[in-house]
Amino acid sequence: MSERVLQVLKDKFGDAIVETHSAWGDDTAVVNASQWKEVCAFLRHDPQMGFDMLVDLCGVDYPDRDPRIEIVAHLYSVARRHRVRVKARVGNAEMASAEIDSITEIWPGADWFERETYDLMGVTFKGHPDLRRILLYPEFEGHPLLKDYPANKTQPLIPYRTEEEAGVPLDKLAPFRADEGMSFGRRVWSRGES
Amino acid sequence: MEAIDLDLDENELELPAEPMHLNMGPSHPAMHGTVRIVLELSGETIVKSDVQIGYLHRGFEKMCERGTWAQVFPYVDRLNYVSPMLNNVGYALAVEKMCEIQVPDRCQWYRMILGELARISDHLTCTGAMAMELGAFTPFLWFIKAREMVWDILEEETGARLTHAFGRIGGMAQPPTPALKEMCRVALSAILKLVEDGEGMLLKNRIFIDRLENIGNISGADAIALSWTGPCLRASGVAYDVRKCHPYLKYDEIDWDMPVGKNGDNLDRFLIRLAEIRQSARIILQSCDRMADDGPVHAKDPRVILPPKSNVYTTIEGTIQHFKLIMEGAKVPAGECYSYTEAGNGELGFYLVSDGSGTPYRVRVRPPCFPITGGLSKLINGNMLSDIVPTFGSLNMIGGECDH
Amino acid sequence: MGELKSDAGGAVAGGPRTVTLDSGSTSGFATTKIDALLNWARKWSLFKYPFVTACCGMEFMALTSPRFDGSARFGAEAPRFSPRQSDLLWVVGTISQRQAPALKRIYEQMMEPKWVFAFGTCASTGGFYDNYTTLPGIDKIIPCDIYIPGCPPRPEAVIDGLMLLQDKITRGDRTPGIVKPREDPATLIQLRRSREEA
Repeated sequence: MSERVLQVLKDKFGDAIVETHSAWGDDTAVVNASQWKEVCAFLRHDPQMGFDMLVDLCGVDYPDRDPRIEIVAHLYSVARRHRVRVKARVGNAEMASAEIDSITEIWPGADWFERETYDLMGVTFKGHPDLRRILLYPEFEGHPLLKDYPANKTQPLIPYRTEEEAGVPLDKLAPFRADEGMSFGRRVWSRGES
Repeated sequence: MEAIDLDLDENELELPAEPMHLNMGPSHPAMHGTVRIVLELSGETIVKSDVQIGYLHRGFEKMCERGTWAQVFPYVDRLNYVSPMLNNVGYALAVEKMCEIQVPDRCQWYRMILGELARISDHLTCTGAMAMELGAFTPFLWFIKAREMVWDILEEETGARLTHAFGRIGGMAQPPTPALKEMCRVALSAILKLVEDGEGMLLKNRIFIDRLENIGNISGADAIALSWTGPCLRASGVAYDVRKCHPYLKYDEIDWDMPVGKNGDNLDRFLIRLAEIRQSARIILQSCDRMADDGPVHAKDPRVILPPKSNVYTTIEGTIQHFKLIMEGAKVPAGECYSYTEAGNGELGFYLVSDGSGTPYRVRVRPPCFPITGGLSKLINGNMLSDIVPTFGSLNMIGGECDH
Repeated sequence: MGELKSDAGGAVAGGPRTVTLDSGSTSGFATTKIDALLNWARKWSLFKYPFVTACCGMEFMALTSPRFDGSARFGAEAPRFSPRQSDLLWVVGTISQRQAPALKRIYEQMMEPKWVFAFGTCASTGGFYDNYTTLPGIDKIIPCDIYIPGCPPRPEAVIDGLMLLQDKITRGDRTPGIVKPREDPATLIQLRRSREEA
């Protein structure tokens, strides 16, 4: 059923649909980023399509591709019970021009999903009413879900205690010694590790 | 003494009414420790609100990219930590969809039983905590007592009270214990009795009803537009349940009803959860009847299933297979896939991207709580300050899931 | 005045040798050190501030529920959601970098003497969330008295931790302590196997 959606999209938008594919029962249309909002509005308002629920919106980072970020949206129609996945690709290796139109006017539920994608991926949504960080704090630098962000690079808001302040050697405070508990133990955090 | 206020006109008598800013949370007892709401109040009415989450952001999606596909299970447990088994099953189904594995019938029934037990635990906690936040402590204790019974079964089955990590790609970690069916039948009747008692105490309580009824209303169309799913959406009258609309496992072979509300207010959300406990009990009892007493719980697929321990210790093939699966991880075909199941709070989706290796390229979870909490602001604006507590409680925000 | 050193007095306050029972008097009274008396009073009336954030909160609920009744039996039942009225801070669950300033502020608002529980592995060390957003253990920002490992710890382990804290208060000991299994797991496995064979 959803394959018909892809066919309609191709007939209607032509070149704006970069590619389509279906796998494991999911049908995907990759949309030209400049016509993202237009295609989404069609999917929402066209009576044949009727995708009234934006199930999910996220980003995936492919550092070796250009454009590197894929915006992935999953749509669902409660009345017609069909699904489709639409994607758009934005941003070059330096994350310049990583921006796309916001679809909060079409689905109000996109608000937080777009904020999250901005927070973790660094994609700017043009026209979003309130584009702030949502999961991380405003002082955080960088976007952790990009593949080149080191997973354990912390940015503490308050300085950690030193051993002098604590009055006890902090290594002794570790609940697990090297020879007990989890073999990978805790990270040595005070040695200036990245 | 002459009166001094006679010459004043009425406007001057009023107190200056500037909007007041109030910070609620994150360490507020009713905010579950992880949500902060910045409010602009006019008197006691909420004019504007800004819901801030992220106080429990633990980097789930980044952590998943560091291990093998099977090592995601413990992290999945801690997404919705009130019903970990549903997350386990959801993630296992997602990976199996990519590997094109069909688990044996017995395993499907087993997953349904454990999953529905987890759903009961989820709804008991939510309704109990909501009642407690409104001051009804006794029903909370009763519901927790009922939850302990659920946990007893889960502990007997999986070995852990709360975070089981029991799902496996292509099966479950262990076959069901012989006592499972008996335990379920005994415990469920006791649980339903406790639920009935607690419900009776709450629904005959005028204060409780008054604080829930017609507070935090949302229409079905609005709820859909806000991407709501699960009990909160059904309370608004939209009959959408993944188990009914897109059946997975064996839900289409079972006789059960989908409770649907009308008004979409707090009371409806509360009642839907209680009704779902009863439906889950029906599902469990039917599944117990239909689950075979013996048979495999693993798909016969050496790509993903660990060989039996006896083979690992005695044969070289077993050792190598075990080593490859543990060190490199099960290879999942390259591609992308979105799999969705009905978790305690609604549609739990996993969007998986694989590059064909043993490590996930991207695990995206679509937590049902996230959009629901996103709509909280709309529900509370215009209401009184004290309405936040029941409204927030009825949404069942789970920090681990909402903040990833 | 026949003063008797009583070892049984240890049950009243502090350890042995801090309480003196006067058996010569008809009414009967005991003398002790003021510190020991204070510590005895403190250890049986710990007012808790539950800083509940994550999964461990579920076990925390179970701990206070009728089956375990883990805090009321030790005089630590009453929760106080104002840090100024509480003296035992339960840090229950993962503390993210974003949450850390709030935790530190609450700790600083509490009155002396105050104790801190790290409930669960995440609060103790950060657990398996070794990443950009999680604080690797609350002892990086505030002092911590008792570590309770487990993900989440069973209520029995928490009760052990509570008793360990009471013991430490009695002795005036402020070095951090860890709840450890009372039985060697290897012995338990042997025991279970022998039962299964029988």
